[in-house]
Amino acid sequence: MVKPVKKKMAGWGKYPIESCLVYRPESTQDLKKILSSQKEKQIAYGLGRSYGDTALNEDEGISLFNKFDHMLSFDEESGILTCEAGVSLEEIINIFLPRGYFLPVTPGTKYVTVGGAIANDVHGKNHHLDGCFSEYVLEFDLLLASGETISCSRVENTDAFWATIGGIGLTGFITRAAIQLIRVETSYIKATYEKAENLDVAFEKFVENDANFKYSVAWIDCLSTGNSLGRSVLMRGEHALKEELPAKVKEPFKPSKGSVLKMPINAPSFALNPFSISAFNALYYASFKNETKIVDSSSFFHPLDAIDDWNKLYGKKGFIQYQAVFPKSNDPKSGIRKLLERLTEEKCSSFLAVLKSSGPANEGLLSFPMEGYTLALDIPIKDGSLFPFLRELDEIVLSYGGRVYLAKDATIDPETFKKMYPKWEEFKKVKKELDPDGLFSSSMSRRIGLT
Amino acid sequence: MGKILILGASSDIAQETARELAAKKNNLILTARNIEDLQMLKSDLEIRYGIEVTTKQFDGLDFDNHEQFFNGIVAEAGNLNGILLMYGAMDDQKEAEQSFSISRNMIDVNYTSAVSILNIAANYFEKKKSGFICAVSSVAGDRGRQSNYIYGSTKAGLSVYMEGLRNRLHKSGVQVLTIKPGMVDTKMTYGVVDEGPLLASPSTVAKDIVKGIVKRRDVLYTPWFWFVIMLIIKLIPEKIFKRTDI
Repeated sequence: MVKPVKKKMAGWGKYPIESCLVYRPESTQDLKKILSSQKEKQIAYGLGRSYGDTALNEDEGISLFNKFDHMLSFDEESGILTCEAGVSLEEIINIFLPRGYFLPVTPGTKYVTVGGAIANDVHGKNHHLDGCFSEYVLEFDLLLASGETISCSRVENTDAFWATIGGIGLTGFITRAAIQLIRVETSYIKATYEKAENLDVAFEKFVENDANFKYSVAWIDCLSTGNSLGRSVLMRGEHALKEELPAKVKEPFKPSKGSVLKMPINAPSFALNPFSISAFNALYYASFKNETKIVDSSSFFHPLDAIDDWNKLYGKKGFIQYQAVFPKSNDPKSGIRKLLERLTEEKCSSFLAVLKSSGPANEGLLSFPMEGYTLALDIPIKDGSLFPFLRELDEIVLSYGGRVYLAKDATIDPETFKKMYPKWEEFKKVKKELDPDGLFSSSMSRRIGLT
Repeated sequence: MGKILILGASSDIAQETARELAAKKNNLILTARNIEDLQMLKSDLEIRYGIEVTTKQFDGLDFDNHEQFFNGIVAEAGNLNGILLMYGAMDDQKEAEQSFSISRNMIDVNYTSAVSILNIAANYFEKKKSGFICAVSSVAGDRGRQSNYIYGSTKAGLSVYMEGLRNRLHKSGVQVLTIKPGMVDTKMTYGVVDEGPLLASPSTVAKDIVKGIVKRRDVLYTPWFWFVIMLIIKLIPEKIFKRTDI
């Protein structure tokens, strides 16, 4: 018998917190039992790093995937790994980086499961060149509501494949996947840091050099105003070659240290205010100089993973991560400028504002990236006044033809969603075929009118 | 290099223990009643740790075949460094009170089968004059309580058997380790036992077990605080204990 436990659950942003019926299946057999009982709606829950309610299901069912953590096969020659959907990106890095293989795409945290990376079609600092995570997914098994498992790829069950890529878990349970790893010579990154005194300069440098760096991202001080609005530090990099390592580095593949610090408690609400955050941002900006140096990959790709539970930094009320993409064809710079201006006017302090360029969209019906620029912001929730403000940001994003990232969203409404993701109807059609009784559903999918 | 044999490798604690042993580069022989349950664990251990894993069918209640099973394992592996007995049965106490067949199942799985297979293993290791025998007992065997004394008594029997075995094999240099876990967050306890500081993760218990083997311990309470809890519980006089409901 697979029994659920009633628990309060939340995503990484700690908003919203909802009471869900939490199952902990240990095998595909258990998953089938859960589905055939048809007691509740179901959604898969991996490591809980989606920010909002993507993996929540108020008063309905959640299936934890932490027991689905087995590696199934690995081909040393081709670098193709088959594993269960609950395997985390951290485990993949820890096991395969010392053997000279790295993830082709990694988001800002490595505490993401393979299933979650597919369902949210995550992207990384190399999207402009290499695309999303799904680009390296060769195939995956999808357990449908009927209890049948189908294999999905670019040539087999293609409708299901492209509906599941970015499909926020609504097509079925992803149980296993085959992914392509890439070869690297070292576990280090040759990182180039360059300051830009405002948004214009940042954009100029971004556009100019995009194609020259595999990894490219800019941290923006989003409290700077006037002439220095959008002042930023561009951080770009390449996998370091063996001969580029300094002599003192003895091993080309240094094992990762894991997290070193822990946020013991929620930060009190007074700790986060425009002064403390602007002081932090000023200090952070000042701490960089223009240089190129060798850094280890975890500090380059996953700097926040060094602090366990860093989400507690934003206090009990949690935070919203707002990530929007602005299409290249539609003056993205002015859209991003508008967003930053509204943010500084509103004094919506954010430690983290990240600008990235993104390459062409893929065929995922609900996949987020499209050719252009994305801006990601952490906005602490002080009170309800934030929500009307977020709607205002949505309007700006929409007016530029952009959209927000569902993996991070907790608040958009159905109309906004449908305008941002015009392929939603196509998605619903495929979902209807795969899940005619609508067994797979989440708090998010109901909120945005998708189920 | 020799191998380590795990009996009942599909349980949560056994799977985590297998990972801990594999991380220390031990080659493993995993057994279960249904070896299909072990295929994923086998590939996982081989890929993660680059060790050799073989899987074998083993039924604790098939006493007549234990000798042949164990000899076959030794013949194939060449050399066995240790054995871990990690299976067990915990049925409902109330049902077991009403049905001897349920009680007997627990007795046979937890005690009779352990005596059968470990007798054979003990003779092997005694002759070899090295190695370890490790069995997972339970804190429930330290004192009989109305809520699960039938299960507890089978584990008490196992603990005393292990104690005697330890006494016998001491001079042969063979380690005999009794593991006494408290409440562990497994499939068996999910949704039954509330999450809290007393509920340990299987990986915590597995780390303790492997540490216990490396340090050649005799009896290991895991997590450690169960030693204190059980010490207090054992010290309560029977006159008082029989009135309690703990």
